[in-house]
Amino acid sequence: MTAAVFFGCAFIAFGPAFALFIFTIARDPLRVIIFIAGAFFWLLSLLLSSLVWFIAMKASNAEDTKVQKGLLIFGVMFSVLIQEVFRFAYYRLLRKANEGLAAISDEETSPISVRQMAYVAGLGFGIISGAFSMINILSDSLGPGTVGIFGDSQYYFITSALMTLAITLLHTFWGVVFFEGCEKSRWWVIAVVVCLHLLVSGLSLLNPLYEGSLPPVYAVTVLMAVWAFFSSGGSLHNLSLLFTSKRSEVESS
Amino acid sequence: MEAAFFTRSTMVKMKNSSRVAGVAVIKSNTGPTEGFSPHTSCPNQNTGVYTEHYGPELANCNNTVWNPLGNGLSYEDFAFPIFSLKDDNQTQVIRKCYEDHNMRMNGSAPQYPLCAMQLFSHMHAVTDTVTCMRRTDLQNSFSINPEKLCDPLSDFNVWTSIRPLNNSIKGHKENESVVIAAARLDGRSFFWDIAPSAEGTVSSIVTLLAAAQALYPVALEAPPQRNIFFTFFQGEAFDYIGSSRMVYDMENSKFVIDLDNVHSLLEIGQIGLRNGQSLWMHSDPVSRKNTTVNKQVTLFIKSVASSLNLSLNEPSATQALPPSSFQRFLRVRPVPGLVLADHQASFTNRYYESLYDTATYLNVTYPSDLSPEQQLEYETEAAKSLTQVATLVARSIYKQAGGEDRFLNNITADTKTVTLFFSGFNIFVLKMCTNMCAPSSSAESSPPQYYIGLRLDNTVKSVTRFVQFILANMTGTVTKLNQSQCQNPKDVPGESKDLYSYSWVSGPVSVNGTTDPYCVRSSVHLSKALSPAFELTDYGSREYSTWTESRWKTIRARIFLVASPQLEMMTLGVGVAVLLVSLVVTYFISSKAELLFSATREPPNTTY
Repeated sequence: MTAAVFFGCAFIAFGPAFALFIFTIARDPLRVIIFIAGAFFWLLSLLLSSLVWFIAMKASNAEDTKVQKGLLIFGVMFSVLIQEVFRFAYYRLLRKANEGLAAISDEETSPISVRQMAYVAGLGFGIISGAFSMINILSDSLGPGTVGIFGDSQYYFITSALMTLAITLLHTFWGVVFFEGCEKSRWWVIAVVVCLHLLVSGLSLLNPLYEGSLPPVYAVTVLMAVWAFFSSGGSLHNLSLLFTSKRSEVESS
Repeated sequence: MEAAFFTRSTMVKMKNSSRVAGVAVIKSNTGPTEGFSPHTSCPNQNTGVYTEHYGPELANCNNTVWNPLGNGLSYEDFAFPIFSLKDDNQTQVIRKCYEDHNMRMNGSAPQYPLCAMQLFSHMHAVTDTVTCMRRTDLQNSFSINPEKLCDPLSDFNVWTSIRPLNNSIKGHKENESVVIAAARLDGRSFFWDIAPSAEGTVSSIVTLLAAAQALYPVALEAPPQRNIFFTFFQGEAFDYIGSSRMVYDMENSKFVIDLDNVHSLLEIGQIGLRNGQSLWMHSDPVSRKNTTVNKQVTLFIKSVASSLNLSLNEPSATQALPPSSFQRFLRVRPVPGLVLADHQASFTNRYYESLYDTATYLNVTYPSDLSPEQQLEYETEAAKSLTQVATLVARSIYKQAGGEDRFLNNITADTKTVTLFFSGFNIFVLKMCTNMCAPSSSAESSPPQYYIGLRLDNTVKSVTRFVQFILANMTGTVTKLNQSQCQNPKDVPGESKDLYSYSWVSGPVSVNGTTDPYCVRSSVHLSKALSPAFELTDYGSREYSTWTESRWKTIRARIFLVASPQLEMMTLGVGVAVLLVSLVVTYFISSKAELLFSATREPPNTTY
């Protein structure tokens, strides 16, 4: 669909992720390492789940569309579960690493807190998941045409970009909440995160009924944003402090 | 667009419009009833024999317009690609895409997304032959990896002689007087490599082949006084490439004979649409002003007319010679000659050099219950008519070469052979070739096309090969040489590579699929048909043909839907907005992070 759509969709899908990376991760090399490792863990989970789906698909009848659709749904659900398992594995790895980091640092404590690691790991998951979803679509959008000659919706590119944006943010928030839940041994938190992930992925199967998939996913995103804010130490008091301090700065200057 | 709209007026309108980016024409099997010829109305007018110095009143078709239906489309310069599409499933997809998305509904303009088509047809050459050959020469001189931009059209003429001549000695042959029987091998149309040329070319090829087959046994048994050449000229549609080259070679002693050896020439023009009416014998009035030439031509006409009981006529004495290879001979020497045609003045062919000049146009129809093998052998009216002409040609050539009258009746063309050739050259060559072709023939199941094309590695065009090997099989003798001897007969006693050419033929395929190959010795040769202008590197020559074909990248097309520009701009706008907002918000939040994300009760040594 030409360069305009390419840049538009790229900015929509990766704009916030890019901003987050630039302002919060790029300056600290330790955060960059945790970010990349998190992305790698997500890639591993995807590799494993796609291997399972691929074998199942090859073993089944390629002609039968019902079976293929069923396999696809199974594949999606299985992948979600594997991703969450790998998130947990990464949490365990980071906890171990944290002790090591604390040992080698000048101060007695680790240079990075578990909350920050949670955020960085979640962002790593999110960006790589978004990249995997969106890059092929972006490269196709560079051509002169758009989707639709076989009857599909012409809004495919925009909705894919919006979905990718949501998924990226969701992974970030889930990372924060998940690690917090593991820290405090609140297992119901983990269960809720997994269920929400399953819900969001299941909603994406409703496409091309975009009204059915996008608004609920964004609702979940907003919900998760609020939860992650409170889970990572924010509070309404802090928010009010933010605005009053600004006002006081304005008054004093 | 559908084929009915492919007319000159439409195409000129599109050429002048700035809003047309390309044209795709859906071919139809039959042409418009009023005729369609994209060639000019006066074919090859600048390279024929009539100029201001020779017959000025006949030059530029002042006297007779040969192709009145010609609209000159093939000679227009279009700045956009023009594709031709077969009317099959893929074309139906294109039509459906148009109907689904681009048609006007109730008088209002169609809504986005709209169906669009992209044509890829990159050509390396620009402007004209002089420019692109100059650039190619520059590349060859100065570049490490030279890139050719265009290639001259070239292929090979096929010729054979009744009495073999020493091919390695070029130039004038003592005591040789030769009668040449000629036909053309090529055609063209508006589109590249589409040239069915049934009336224009195939009829004359088939007739000459049948005449050769009829004449050879008698000529071997009772040799005529003079030698006889059967020649097939390639590239005649493009300003007489083959015949101008042969005449040039004859003039410069690079051919096995020269012009002094040529006694007379009989050319077979377009004869497929005779339909039982008379055949016309055209001659050149300007050369006939000379009494000797006139006497020879009159004698020739008499011998032709008396060969067979066929209705023959001469057009008016002041009428010019139609466009034919004979004109190139006349440019150099007033050789007595005739051109046989089915038209008196302008062509009866309504589809001259167009894609509609097919077997269907010649009314070659078969009863529907025949299999392809049976179709090859079914004797159509067209084939019978051509057989008569072939007999006429064979007998008149024999008579003109000084053969005795008592043998004339033994010379008869075989209707079965003509039928086989006619179907083969028009419709499916593969079947015909299993009976008498060389092992290197490629499998082609579509009708052969007669556009001359290029010779990139000195390969020979398949149709030329067919003609060569068919002629060799018909007029040659089977020898007992094995394959290696056949390819190099130098050391075999009694065989001479100078006089003959040897071909290893696979022979007919037997019942269980095996072939029994053998070596055929014949005097069929190929001579290069590349315009002398390229030998002389005179790329802007006005004497010789300077046609070239541009090099091109893969030619393809695709269809897709195009979104409205508003939607695209909106996507970009939303994207930029999202990016800016997220940058601002993230900066803001990260700068206030300590304030936002601190818990109210904190152990003092916890770092964030």
